[in-house]
Amino acid sequence: MTARPTKGGALYALPNALWLTFFFLAPLLIIVAYSFMKKGLYGGVENEFSLRAYALLANAGIVKVAFRTLLVALAATALTILIALPVGYNMARSKNQTLKLFLVIVPFWTNFLIRIYAWIAILGNEGTINGFLRSVGLISDPIHLMYNQGAVILVLVYMYLPYAVLPLFSTMDKFDFILLDAARDLGAGKLESIVKVMLPNVRSGLVTAVLFTFIPIFGAYAVPLLVGGKDGYMLGNVIADQVMKVRDWPFASSISMVVTFVSTIGVLLFLARQKRPGVSKEQAAALAAEAAVAAGGGR
Amino acid sequence: MNGSDVTISRVGKSFGSFAALDDVSLDIRKGEFFSLLGPSGCGKTTLLRILGGFEVPDEGTVAIDGVDVVGLSADKRRTNTVFQSYALFPHLSIFENVAFPLRLRKVPPKVLSSRVKDYLALVQLEAHADKMPAQLSGGQKQRVAIARALINEPSVLLLDEPLSALDAKLRQHMLVELDSIHDKVGITFIYVTHDQGEALSVSDRIAVMNQGKVLQVGPPHEIYEDPATDFVARFIGETNLFRGAVVRSEGLLATVAIPEVGEVLVTTDDPVPAGSSVSFAVRPEKIRIAAQKPAAARKDLNVVKGAVDEPIYSGFQTKFYVRTEKGVTFKVFKQHADYSDKGPEIKWRQEVFLSWSAEDGTLVEVARP
Repeated sequence: MTARPTKGGALYALPNALWLTFFFLAPLLIIVAYSFMKKGLYGGVENEFSLRAYALLANAGIVKVAFRTLLVALAATALTILIALPVGYNMARSKNQTLKLFLVIVPFWTNFLIRIYAWIAILGNEGTINGFLRSVGLISDPIHLMYNQGAVILVLVYMYLPYAVLPLFSTMDKFDFILLDAARDLGAGKLESIVKVMLPNVRSGLVTAVLFTFIPIFGAYAVPLLVGGKDGYMLGNVIADQVMKVRDWPFASSISMVVTFVSTIGVLLFLARQKRPGVSKEQAAALAAEAAVAAGGGR
Repeated sequence: MNGSDVTISRVGKSFGSFAALDDVSLDIRKGEFFSLLGPSGCGKTTLLRILGGFEVPDEGTVAIDGVDVVGLSADKRRTNTVFQSYALFPHLSIFENVAFPLRLRKVPPKVLSSRVKDYLALVQLEAHADKMPAQLSGGQKQRVAIARALINEPSVLLLDEPLSALDAKLRQHMLVELDSIHDKVGITFIYVTHDQGEALSVSDRIAVMNQGKVLQVGPPHEIYEDPATDFVARFIGETNLFRGAVVRSEGLLATVAIPEVGEVLVTTDDPVPAGSSVSFAVRPEKIRIAAQKPAAARKDLNVVKGAVDEPIYSGFQTKFYVRTEKGVTFKVFKQHADYSDKGPEIKWRQEVFLSWSAEDGTLVEVARP
């Protein structure tokens, strides 16, 4: 049975449509417009068409950061998914689902920034790890755990793990685990049965998990700023610098366009390859919107 | 394909404090169609999962062709399972579902394709090879599951209530089909069911289980005609079962005093001494029902007077619930062998005489004094 479309539907969607128009579409259009304008003297823009902001993108420094951003995002996403898969599996087969779900959600009770600072307290030169190693006499000088790409990836994985665990758990929870028995029965090894039978059947959750981690990580700003140092700089930081330090709004806008473009195109390509079962059109649309929001509003 | 002997000896399995299987021993012969029959929770599915390699018994051994398989995981055994819910892989076409075991073994594509076609033909699904499982009916899914389980050429096929999700008509049809597949492939079939009708109609032998124990093993007619315990007598088919005591015994003819019925004559396999406490059973279809008292021509005829409480007409037969003067209810089935357009001769509340000969009753449980 499918519900017949009614006029009521459009009415119910109106608040959401208004919200999105004012707070999502309008800002996005402003950024698009700014990226094609001339830089104002003290920030802001001048109402004159210019492609200068896009020409600046060819700058070797920007290209380098863009590449690094892509690599960090891919590595962090891959790690997040690799960790989230067994976690989701365990939760789906667990008798204590509510408790485990609760434990996954608990970190959200603490502010994003405070959780990053907690990592600084753990990884820093005077932090927990170095303190412990010093006290047991393994080291005399601190190991530099912070301000490198490794630290950025570690904290990003920590931050976005729940976003991957939750969709994976919810699809795995609906998975019929008898299918794994059947695969084993027909001659598949343990890992083989998971790769050949379970993963294809939880594909929609996997796709969602990948998008929910890759997109926000690609636009990350706070994590590389606080634990990344010079080597961890990502596109999000360059945009912030252009807005607040250099006061070159058109350039900041054109870099934002790159971030948005890469995430949205990435999403669409990814979804196009996932035609068969799983992701519906509605889901794809929602994800594309999420991509744009995440890319635009990176934190 | 060749079947295997399966030897289950002294197998026990508990889940927490619940004993699913308690000291179960069975010898299943090569090529046999063997049923494990019992109510839900009797341990039959646990036993099947132990045979398939999905559970490890706490005690005892399972041997296939004399080789202990307890330590082998499911993928290392020459058994395959047809699951209750079919367990078809929803992301694969029918062809790929059946090809799954062959792809795992990296069978060359040409051989693979012809083998899959052979097995789809065996279950008459050649035309559906390209469909997805969701597009098939329950009966078709069942057949895919059977083809997929057989393509590895197992020596034992394990069937876990394979027909329970089908409607009654289709179930009958699939049962006949299963039987003919068994005849074709000739391997050992171990069939788990709670439906005594299914078990009686296709099995070579049946093991009746309850509460983790095997109560009786034997061919269908033996289980039906000569149940070993009251539980078996009640579980298989319908019966009239009473407890009583033997008051007289002359050779193989015993007289049983049943408080709710009176004295009943019954022939026994071996002499049962007077004073034995027994349970007596007589099947409803073996009782004759008549409006007139039968002529006392035969000495060994049991006659009970009663009134029809409930006649249930079902075309080929009528089921009567007859209440006797002492207040017990007998079930009686009367077959409508001859054409009749006069309507029922025996009606509701009518006074009737039930009769059966001494050979038609059996003593089920006997406790000698």
